[in-house]
Amino acid sequence: MNLEFTAEELAFRDEVRSFIEENYPKHLGDAGMREDMSPEDMVAWHKILGEKGWSVPSWPEQHGGTNWTPTQRYIWLEENARVNAFMPLPFGVSMVGPVIYTFGSEEQKERHLPGIRSGDVWWCQGYSEPGAGSDLASLKTTAVRDGDHYVINGQKTWTTLAQYADWGFFLCRTDPDAAKPQEGISFILIDMKTPGVEVRPIKLIDGGYEVNETWLTDVRVPVENLVGEENKGWTYAKFLLAHERSGIAGVARSKRAVEKLREIAGKELLDGEPLIEDLDFARKVSQLEIDLAALEITELRTLAGEQAGKGPGPESSILKIKGTEIQQRLTELTLEAVGNYGAPMYGQIDDAGSNQYPIGPEYAQHSAATYFNMRKTSIYGGSNEIQRNIITKMILGL
Amino acid sequence: MDFNFTEEQEMVRDGLSRLVREQYDWDTRRGAVESDAGWRPEIWAQLAELGILGMPFSEEDGGFGGGAVDAMIVMEEFGKGLVVEPFLPTVVCAGGFLKHAGTDAQKEEHIGGIVDGSRVYAFAYAEPRGRYDLADLQTTAKKDGDGYVLNGHKAVVVGAPWASHLVVTARTSGEHRDRDGVSVFVVANDAKGVVRRDYPTVDGRRASEVYFENVSVPADALIGEEGGALPLVERVADEAVAALCAEACGAMKVAHAMTVDYSRQRKQFGVPIGKFQVLQHRMVDMFTEYEQSVSMTYLATLKLDAPEKERKRTASAAKVRIGQAARFVGQEAIQIHGGMGMTDELAIGSYFKRLTILNAEFGDVDHHMKRHIALA
Repeated sequence: MNLEFTAEELAFRDEVRSFIEENYPKHLGDAGMREDMSPEDMVAWHKILGEKGWSVPSWPEQHGGTNWTPTQRYIWLEENARVNAFMPLPFGVSMVGPVIYTFGSEEQKERHLPGIRSGDVWWCQGYSEPGAGSDLASLKTTAVRDGDHYVINGQKTWTTLAQYADWGFFLCRTDPDAAKPQEGISFILIDMKTPGVEVRPIKLIDGGYEVNETWLTDVRVPVENLVGEENKGWTYAKFLLAHERSGIAGVARSKRAVEKLREIAGKELLDGEPLIEDLDFARKVSQLEIDLAALEITELRTLAGEQAGKGPGPESSILKIKGTEIQQRLTELTLEAVGNYGAPMYGQIDDAGSNQYPIGPEYAQHSAATYFNMRKTSIYGGSNEIQRNIITKMILGL
Repeated sequence: MDFNFTEEQEMVRDGLSRLVREQYDWDTRRGAVESDAGWRPEIWAQLAELGILGMPFSEEDGGFGGGAVDAMIVMEEFGKGLVVEPFLPTVVCAGGFLKHAGTDAQKEEHIGGIVDGSRVYAFAYAEPRGRYDLADLQTTAKKDGDGYVLNGHKAVVVGAPWASHLVVTARTSGEHRDRDGVSVFVVANDAKGVVRRDYPTVDGRRASEVYFENVSVPADALIGEEGGALPLVERVADEAVAALCAEACGAMKVAHAMTVDYSRQRKQFGVPIGKFQVLQHRMVDMFTEYEQSVSMTYLATLKLDAPEKERKRTASAAKVRIGQAARFVGQEAIQIHGGMGMTDELAIGSYFKRLTILNAEFGDVDHHMKRHIALA
């Protein structure tokens, strides 16, 4: 056991670092922290990585993966976090992509994997429904066979960034009479331009519109868009969720956010001294760093296990719980650091007079909105209560 | 020992509760908050008519002879409805300065306008680099003939866009953070040299950055002692803290009730989620936090006339307890509502946001914990 990088790994780090320096779009700035990204900005880095062949590092090599070791993948994420890069969105790269190359047909692999790699095709995830959140298996959207099509009807919700998506992967009920609710579900790919697909943005408490209701009304989808076997969708959905959880910890991003928090607390004053020198505040930042260090090694151990052929198992739930708690705590402390300037609703202030009469320091902007927004992390991807249930059942055996 | 309210106080509570229920329903509030004005002067006029704006003033000052307990009742009802109208800055803060330190002439001029609803005040105390230290002032007031000239920048002045007048803390002498040299002035919001940048806040109110650029005020703009007003400012801030705690209690009560209610209706795995023990216990903890907060609010309110040290320490204890409780109740309310709690469509998100922001007003948990330690 050791934590040191080898000479090869250090060389790899230098290669990655100079590639990012030369190619990461400068105009994106601190994109990983921004709340106001345009869709073009969100895929800019993905497209550059696609050309380089680095957009899907964790995929098998025959599908365009890089065959990096877990350490190399770790270095890759760290280096991206250094510039706070806005990473490729997970819906194609770490969700539907792995499902397609693992369970899909040759035709589906040829048709869909290139667009995911290149960043040209934007995917969204149609899982949750108004009545099926934590209890996902109770979903009601139906897909009824009609010749060589499925006719799909139902309503999905929390469909992240569906307003920009070209394709979506949807869980639909194909066997209403199955003995167990999990048994009658299929995993179907839908072209979002198909007649009958309607996306309605939902306004969230931070004022933004990142999720949607997606209505499906008599949507006719060719049967070749079924992934794997009919009624076996739950298996693929669970496979995907485990993948999603291992990426959800957000360690590299949180490390960057801690640095940012330290910067802010170095500029804010308490009794004329930097806030970061105040023991009460410093203690909270250190606690966060300590928790993050523990999480980071836990994640590396999980990655190493995956490398040894163990797929992400129930322990990925630990990553999800701790990762999201740390993300939430980070944004909370950032809001705390900026004091009175957490209150202005920066998103709704016109810029007239901004130079002459500024409203607070720039780093205070969106601190409250980001804190509000991050409350979602313990709810989505299987709420943290559900994650604890998974550990209870799968690890404790209770 | 008596934790009961008088008959008059119960009547006031019922009247306010009815007003909030009938005119502050969720959609109406949202419309008002998102309107150009951001508040409803007609509600203010009704509050004046009901005598609410005059409650905490003595009869000789032109009020109805109430006090801090009455302000607490009002603020708690306002917290339940997330009322945005500026009772705290006008009645509690400006009213507090006038009550404790106003001359007869000042009381006559200002309190009358507060009671009849014709005057609205904002309290400009915080500064961009001062965090929560009431003495950390770089705004200056220089003697000029009979009056003073004000220069400086005040941060996040809640209610300033709606105010006819501003109560301003400024230095007449000393270095910033000195205890000596602090003075308090009342300035007309439209006085020459007052420049405002108005904006909405994330919790549905309006505030401003207020810049004073050579603002001339007459001698009678000074409230209290020139250069020795910090104890007065601290007293009014403690009264504001107690009032904020009451508001937080109202907001927590409703947030908790909404959450319990939602947990009864929302079904997953074939049962209402309120049947899951882990959520039941969390809702019990929310309730406990709320009850503890009510107790601390009573204590802080009843100690507002205690000797200075005791008053300060109790106000800080309350702000710490309520800050912790507000955080817990707000966060759990969202979590138990799940995705729906994240939407702008439901009221619960706005309760969470108000409970978040009030934690920082007049000093956050750390600030008051330090003060509590310092006064041990």
